[in-house]
Amino acid sequence: MSEKKKRLAIIASQANITGAYPPLLLATTAAAMDYEVGIFFTFFGLNMLKKNKLNKIKITPAGETAMPMPIPQIVGVLPGMTSMATKMMKSWMKKANVAKLQELMDIAVESGVKLIACQMTMEVMKIKRKDLIDECVVGGAATFIEFASEADINLYI
Amino acid sequence: MMDYTITKTLDVKKLNCPFPILKTKKAINDIEIGEYLEVLATDPGSVSDFQAWCNSTSHELVESSQENGIFRYIIKKTK
Repeated sequence: MSEKKKRLAIIASQANITGAYPPLLLATTAAAMDYEVGIFFTFFGLNMLKKNKLNKIKITPAGETAMPMPIPQIVGVLPGMTSMATKMMKSWMKKANVAKLQELMDIAVESGVKLIACQMTMEVMKIKRKDLIDECVVGGAATFIEFASEADINLYI
Repeated sequence: MMDYTITKTLDVKKLNCPFPILKTKKAINDIEIGEYLEVLATDPGSVSDFQAWCNSTSHELVESSQENGIFRYIIKKTK
């Protein structure tokens, strides 16, 4: 096929479960729809590229006002509440047969999604190249902009 | 009346978005151009998703139907 592929560019900047799912769901789906896909992982989003980290991603209940929790919002800041909310959220997702983040990442890698780790964030957060999965590439803003400039869809998540 | 033979059936019942589409993409790679893939799903969102996927990949959605809560799609591989 000589036809030019459509392209999706995503900036993933969050580390909560609710911020980690959309980039991987959309990237894998777009790849299945024959798009060329790139994700730029920056700030807390970079945690998603850390080795063995994806299954430990949490949700902080404080501030997630729409999350149905049987406790008042203010209690969400107490110790143990993040782990409780994470357990609840994961059990709902399991019941609804939602994919695990790791499964989606594996499919993303397998389907050739370009994973770009933000160099600047690595400096700020003292993250080494060896802390990140082998499948990603390290790049800066220019790397992303060059990729995004040719994209049909650009998303900031 | 069916005027085609199904080469492969993919069961994605109980799976949620985006798995029906991701697995369909894999399954379509296992058949030859001109052959037909049958997909069985329960995700109500799959109705518009399969149409969109076929539009985007240019495989042909030959049939889209529903019976007893099971959605059935017949896709002809075109490329």
